[in-house]
Amino acid sequence: MGKKLALTGNQAVATAMKQINPDVCAAYPITPQTEIMQRFATFVADGEVDTELITVESEHSAMSACIGAAAGGGRVMTATSSQGLALMWEMLYIASGMRLPIVMPVVNRALSAPINIHGDHSDSMGARDSGWIQLYSENAQEAYDNVIQAVKIGEHPDVRLPVMVCMDGFIISHSIESMELLPDDVVKEFVGEYRATYPLLDVDHPVTYGPLVLPDYYMEFKRQQHEAMLHVKDVVLEVAKEFERISGRSYGLFESYRLDDAEIAVVILNSAAGTMKDVVDSYRDRGIKVGLLKPRLFRPFPYREVAEALGNAKVVGVLDRADSFGGFGPTYMEVASAFTTNGARPLMLNWIYGLGGRDFMPEHAEQAIQQMVKVLETGEVEVQKDYLGVRE
Amino acid sequence: MSTTPLRLKELSKKEELLTGGHRLCSGCGAPIAVRQVLLAAEVPVVAANATGCLEVSTTIYPYTAWRIPWIHTAFENAAATISGVETMYRALRKKGKIDRKIKFIAFGGDGGTYDIGFQSLSGAMERGHDIVYICYDNGAYMNTGIQRSSATPLGANTTTSPAGKVIPGKLQPRKNLTKIMAAHGIPYVAQTTPAHWRDLMTKVRKALDVDGPAFINILAHCNRGWRTGTNTTIQDTKLAVETCFWPLYEYENGRLTINYKPKEKRPVVEFLKTQGRFRHLFSPDNEHILQQIQEYVDREWEALLREEAFWKDQEEETAS
Ligand SMILES: Cc1ncc(C[n+]2csc(CCOP(=O)(O)OP(=O)(O)O)c2C)c(N)n1
Ligand code: SF4
Ligand SMILES: [Mg+2]
Repeated sequence: MGKKLALTGNQAVATAMKQINPDVCAAYPITPQTEIMQRFATFVADGEVDTELITVESEHSAMSACIGAAAGGGRVMTATSSQGLALMWEMLYIASGMRLPIVMPVVNRALSAPINIHGDHSDSMGARDSGWIQLYSENAQEAYDNVIQAVKIGEHPDVRLPVMVCMDGFIISHSIESMELLPDDVVKEFVGEYRATYPLLDVDHPVTYGPLVLPDYYMEFKRQQHEAMLHVKDVVLEVAKEFERISGRSYGLFESYRLDDAEIAVVILNSAAGTMKDVVDSYRDRGIKVGLLKPRLFRPFPYREVAEALGNAKVVGVLDRADSFGGFGPTYMEVASAFTTNGARPLMLNWIYGLGGRDFMPEHAEQAIQQMVKVLETGEVEVQKDYLGVRE
Repeated sequence: MSTTPLRLKELSKKEELLTGGHRLCSGCGAPIAVRQVLLAAEVPVVAANATGCLEVSTTIYPYTAWRIPWIHTAFENAAATISGVETMYRALRKKGKIDRKIKFIAFGGDGGTYDIGFQSLSGAMERGHDIVYICYDNGAYMNTGIQRSSATPLGANTTTSPAGKVIPGKLQPRKNLTKIMAAHGIPYVAQTTPAHWRDLMTKVRKALDVDGPAFINILAHCNRGWRTGTNTTIQDTKLAVETCFWPLYEYENGRLTINYKPKEKRPVVEFLKTQGRFRHLFSPDNEHILQQIQEYVDREWEALLREEAFWKDQEEETAS
């Protein structure tokens, strides 16, 4: 087993990257991610990794260089946040369309305007249809574990897709927590050697990457991306099993917390799930059957499994740390779609919380659960989408 | 390794690495330039290509005209893309996973180079990657239908700088990108044309030989955008050089050499008058624009001559 250490989320992720020792990384600063690539640059400067670092002049170029490098035929990583991810947008689709298993930690941060450097999920949620696998992490330990697993998931021959590993800006990236690191050699063996498929650098077998594909073939390309995504759930579970063997920590497609007999279920991502679990406990102490589901794999979304796990709940409240103005929050929409797989019809509510890093306090969690208790009693939803902790 | 002499007889025996059958217009300058570039290379080359006429017309799936490893990702990032490929090459070579010598070339049109790709080009050059960036400059965004770019010459009629009743075409002179690239202090920068194939191929060899970034700006005739026939590509291109609209020169480690000085510099109108995009300038109202273009060409040419003279003086001083 590994050793216990006190690390911030960024330190944990940078350490995972060091242990993965990718062939090429691209670095560009943006709060709250900066520290990851900064630390990594130190590892490169001190010869602690073999990685070639490209210190690009923008995030657009970061992802472009990562795509070129990955097509070249090696393991590639970078990290970003917020505006940086927004600037990469165009290239995100190209990375996934070319089936390049780039791994990218995303330190979640709000999007401008107004400019705000703190944590919310607007950045990665906006990228949820970019063809990347998305894993979300509650704390530094999960972020570290997810980054290591992401390499194996993305590179799996049935998958070959890029992976984003998301964690909350500042709340996790900059808070110190006690966590366990795996030994370097264990990680090295776990991720294994990179197996290139059709590397651009094989000059004896020239390949054309990124041709013009007209209506006669384009849809087949896109359909194949979806097929690859359909393999992801199994691969995530398979990799999680292997990871449990080396770490003793178990992962699934999502985490269920006191959900089995729950009449009220809360769905919430990342760090706020920790707060929510405490509040769930206190309601359980009062005899109220409430439970929690914390998605880990958001893309592809495990609709059937989520619907089954929430199966018994009569009221489901989904808390989103990202908004879809004029629509429901992104997690809400997925959970609502999930019930189409089993025909369950719980009463559903959606809350938007914590935008721009606004603290998610136990009283906000209580407010939501209180409301759900009322809905359970009356059988009526008065306000379907609401905001927590916002001035009117 | 023996180097193929730059003689047509020997070159004609080399395999063409951009095959025929692509869908670029007949007479297009871009593929002529690319074939010369690839014929000049004596080591395996991997290429990146920015979105544009060259890219879309050579790789219509399931076909490809490229016999070399080739990647297109987007419009504004050929330099960033190739810098990633080149970095992976260094990483894998360091680990002994590749032992071949490979060179890296990015191709971009003027839109993809002077305008939207300028930042990524500048960044890649500053980082010192061992790459050659080749701009095929046809003076507009041709693939989307002849829109002006910052490479479009003063006065040209394009679809976004139309010669109208009150505005006589493009109001600004072109940006001198070759000079801007020279200002990056990279080991090799040059300007050439496919009508001067020996000059072009010599420059490509120099660019591939240097250790570090190189930039070559190639004037690439476009009959659609320039409004000419499809059979005047080489003729029109030669006029660009004879009028000093497009001088042939190079910077080797910062030192300028003008590779060709016309015995008699021809008036720029000789270059302009064969092209429909400048036709409106020949009405009496627009005579002043023709004059401005001539002044601009003269100023740039004289600046080049002065700069070259400066370097010659420097040499004489060190020699004496
Ligand atoms: C980000 C982005 N903006 C715009 C376009 C549309 N576009 C594709 S090719 C092109 C013109 C290319 O012009 P240039 O680089 O000069 O090459 P040419 O077509 O003239 O050879 C444009 C505007 C695009 N593909 N991507
Ligand atoms: S439009 Fe111009 S640049 Fe494009 S293929 Fe035709 S001649 Fe070449
Ligand atoms: Mg052009």
